[in-house]
Amino acid sequence: MSRKTEILVVGGGPAGLSAAIVAAQLGSKVLLVDDNPNLGGQLVKQTHRFFGSSARDAGIRGFTIAEELLKQAAELKKNLTILLNTSVVGFYGDTEAGILSPERYEKVTFERVIVCTGAVENSLNFENNDLPGVYGAGAVQTLMNVHGIRPGNKILMVGSGNIGLIVSYQLMQAGVQVVGLVEAMQTIGGYLVHASKIRRLGVPIYTGHTIVSALGTDGVTGARLCRVDEKFQMVPNTQFDVECDCICLAVGLSPLIELFQQADCKMVHVGELGGLVPLHDVNMRTTNPHVYVAGDASGIEEATTAILGGRVAGARATESVRGVSDEATKVVSDAVSELRTLRSGSTGERIRWGREKIEKEIAAC
Amino acid sequence: MSLRIDDHPILSFKKGKKVSFTFEGKKMEGFEGEPIAAALHAAGVRLLRHSPHKHRPRGFFCAIGRCSSCMMEVDGEVNVMTCITPLKEGMVVNRQEGHGVIKP
Amino acid sequence: MLINDGIITREELATVLPTDERFKKGPVAIIECLQDIPCDPCVSSCPSKAISMKTGITDRPTLDTARCIGCGLCVPRCPGLAIFVLDMTHAQRSAALSLPYEMQPVPKVGQVVRGLDRTGKPVCEAKVLKVLSAKKFDRTHVVTIEIPKDRALEVRAIRVA
Repeated sequence: MSRKTEILVVGGGPAGLSAAIVAAQLGSKVLLVDDNPNLGGQLVKQTHRFFGSSARDAGIRGFTIAEELLKQAAELKKNLTILLNTSVVGFYGDTEAGILSPERYEKVTFERVIVCTGAVENSLNFENNDLPGVYGAGAVQTLMNVHGIRPGNKILMVGSGNIGLIVSYQLMQAGVQVVGLVEAMQTIGGYLVHASKIRRLGVPIYTGHTIVSALGTDGVTGARLCRVDEKFQMVPNTQFDVECDCICLAVGLSPLIELFQQADCKMVHVGELGGLVPLHDVNMRTTNPHVYVAGDASGIEEATTAILGGRVAGARATESVRGVSDEATKVVSDAVSELRTLRSGSTGERIRWGREKIEKEIAAC
Repeated sequence: MSLRIDDHPILSFKKGKKVSFTFEGKKMEGFEGEPIAAALHAAGVRLLRHSPHKHRPRGFFCAIGRCSSCMMEVDGEVNVMTCITPLKEGMVVNRQEGHGVIKP
Repeated sequence: MLINDGIITREELATVLPTDERFKKGPVAIIECLQDIPCDPCVSSCPSKAISMKTGITDRPTLDTARCIGCGLCVPRCPGLAIFVLDMTHAQRSAALSLPYEMQPVPKVGQVVRGLDRTGKPVCEAKVLKVLSAKKFDRTHVVTIEIPKDRALEVRAIRVA
């Protein structure tokens, strides 16, 4: 069985949805494939209000932004076909992919593919980190915000980036007690307003600490923490135990990049972007001219930058098939300017360093 | 305290109909369509399997079908990723011991 | 310091605190946003145009306390829940503080709740004077509580029994 399309979009989270919407709006025939039963990726779980410019989506809750995107996608049925519960399992040659759904395996021929496969949660090494009750932050959000189930009654959060801070707040909204937040660095990693929000609700933030072990035999019953110095070495005689029935790890994400490797895209390791990413230019095009990238797969960042990157990829992929257009050029210049604004300021420093490394590599190519 | 959230300040949860299933021979209840691992978790069960070599207790971790920590035996089939498999009426769910046995 | 433990120090707070003179005139907003994150919903939320950002959305918001009438429309709009409205003229010994609230249960007018300081420690009892839950506030309630004047710069959260 086989299908034909102009633009194949892999992944229906904020990046993939935005890429598919823009490409379809510009006239391309688009096939959007997602391996979940619902579209929206991680965006549907975000109950907090987004930052950024009020001209775009600032002040609006994440899942409301997802609803908006889904509405837009639904209006483009003429050009946009969506397959759910379907995985892209491989790339064959430059313009063929294999897709697998519960019913069948099919081949898809395309002109361009935009890969928006997102990221996977990192784990952390500590004794008993495999005990039932040690969950990733995304898993905790899925349980709480999608299925309406508390991950436990007393939770210890590891990681003070925005995800750790935000999920701690969401846990309290779900009626879970957060016994503390552990951060190995000496300073808080995420936005300080997020930190203040949970501190004034009584959550201690242990900067300069790490988790030594999870306690319990058949499941988590507590955690052993200790202080670390600026070189992340454990300080002797500073261990103490906290009682908890769940340990949430919010220790970073790594881009999901297998498909790029199958497509022979040149990869580059950039720590600031989460690890191995496909080398790509400002048009979100990789070193394989048929393959574009957007979202966390292009570098770990946020939903708003995923949406904007997806819009650039959707516009540029369309132009490379159908020719340059004023409409597409405007979509790209608006998105690029918004991205620049979002990445300015001291909180955008790391991302800017990471993006500079990518630009240097592309220039050397 | 029940782990199911009744009262959330931001969200409301739509649930399918209540269904029964068995876990290790015990009758349990959950909602049709929610992941098996979620239904078990809500019922207080988080030990889902034991690892093959050191027999270590394991539960789920990623909840999106990527880490394979949640694999259990469902309706006689092993290696079912229970964090993304929807619950159906009458399912027979058991802990998977090690690699389990794949029926020929 | 804020960056080590999430708690604003007196010195850090002084950079955004309205003057004593302004507090004597009536309710006024306190925008406890001290980091240059890209964010600007507060600017467009103010009907008196009292909040501004000169160069761009990564600016820290500047409050013109003379223009601010303490209406509190900025309180539910801030994604960081970092804006409060303080009325030191509420009564002789007590002040009225409006803060954003997104937990359960939602308190009722007249109910007495615990006022928490920035570390979450209960420091006083607080009577609920007003609860605003408009649809356009999108599930962020604005709760106004009565607190002792000497706690006005400390209390930033409530615990409802």
